[in-house]
Amino acid sequence: MTIKIDVDMTKCQHYGQCVFEAPDVFRLNSDDKLEYVAEVDDSERGNVEAAIDICPMQAIFIVD
Amino acid sequence: MTDPVIIVGASMGGLRVAEALRRAGYTGPITAFGDEPYPPYNRPPLSKEVLASDVSLEAVQFPQRDATADVNWVLNTRIERTDLASNSLTDEHGHSHTFSALIIATGIRSKRAEWANPVMTGRHAVRSLDDAIALRAALNPGTKVVVYGAGFIGCETAATARKLGCDVTIVAPGVEPIARYLGLDFAQWIRAAHDAHGVQFRMQSRIDNTIGDDRITGVVLDDGSTLECDVLIEAIGSIPNVEWLAGNDLDLSDGVLTNTAMQAVRTDGTVVTNVFALGDVARFPNALFDDEPRRVEHWNIPTDTAKRVAEVAAAQLAGSDSVDEIVAKRFAPVPSFWSDQYDIHMLAYGIVGLADRSEMLHNTFDDDEFCVGYYRGDELVGVCGVGMRNVVMGYRAKVGSSA
Repeated sequence: MTIKIDVDMTKCQHYGQCVFEAPDVFRLNSDDKLEYVAEVDDSERGNVEAAIDICPMQAIFIVD
Repeated sequence: MTDPVIIVGASMGGLRVAEALRRAGYTGPITAFGDEPYPPYNRPPLSKEVLASDVSLEAVQFPQRDATADVNWVLNTRIERTDLASNSLTDEHGHSHTFSALIIATGIRSKRAEWANPVMTGRHAVRSLDDAIALRAALNPGTKVVVYGAGFIGCETAATARKLGCDVTIVAPGVEPIARYLGLDFAQWIRAAHDAHGVQFRMQSRIDNTIGDDRITGVVLDDGSTLECDVLIEAIGSIPNVEWLAGNDLDLSDGVLTNTAMQAVRTDGTVVTNVFALGDVARFPNALFDDEPRRVEHWNIPTDTAKRVAEVAAAQLAGSDSVDEIVAKRFAPVPSFWSDQYDIHMLAYGIVGLADRSEMLHNTFDDDEFCVGYYRGDELVGVCGVGMRNVVMGYRAKVGSSA
């Protein structure tokens, strides 16, 4: 099982809060812009949900 | 039927603790009271992006998960009294509600100034969605705006009002904006940025009174001078919402005092094990720094304290043997916040206000991007940067430790 992740890049302000909740899914690149893995194992769901919760812009979604 | 867990406060902290209770395995009833007509919504954009564009519930409402679909949200209903001896609350309609555990998530409200002139039309706060809707409607190109207060909210709101084409003057008692928090050098840098965007400053000034009969037309400063304005935005601080808890011997001297398990503490130091507080209203010890309880009005605190409350409360309600062990666990969330003003994006970790000195860690105030460390003795208590987010984030794990 995998989950698909979508980030609304028109909302994302690259605050990086998600990085600490799901470090294997989200990171800021060398230009301080968000990069993420769009499809991850279901075992990451808890971390991704924590990232969704903490996102200041509420820009992260799990696409079911 | 078992009494529900009652959450008072239907904002982010209330939502997060309901979710966390389910995640922690609590399957019993949950009732959440909120005094606003809206379900939980995201407040930070109300002084920033959302205020600059489209203020609506849709723009800020939190999505809700299946796991909390059965939470009984009672909105538009203020809790007025609490009787901890009988585990009951009384709402504004006189109805009483008993609980198995009480979770206090009522947050803070904007402090409002008191002036002799009673006129309120044209006076605004920036806290709730209704505040933002009213303020947005009042901010138009050419509108004369006075912002009273030069903290983060005051500065962000001033920047947003400038972006909307208003004429903006910040009036505040301090020497420089946000200086008490960030230090004088950083504050002067912020002041320069606002200057460059055409914001006027009347620092080291207080507003003694307002002018206007039907609506505000100006303010009188403490040196006797006057400023014309159509809109007066009060950003002079906050007050914890604790009045509804009076009469129960709780320590409410600054928010709700709790232990490290977020359980409420009485004035005699004893703990009320089934009453919890979280978020902006909670004054809790953070093991990252020391054992001094503090209220922390930073972004991640409602979420992190909600998880802590849920972990303890769920174990307690289940009659688990491990409650004592869970209560004794180290609780040390790293506070985190950000601020956006114009194209300045600030990111911070820790409690910068604990510092006795600051030190430039990367670049200088002559650069567009820099990172400042805040120290209490040798201990890094906070870090705040403009831009260079990867660098700032790299210090997060070092907050609370000595360099």
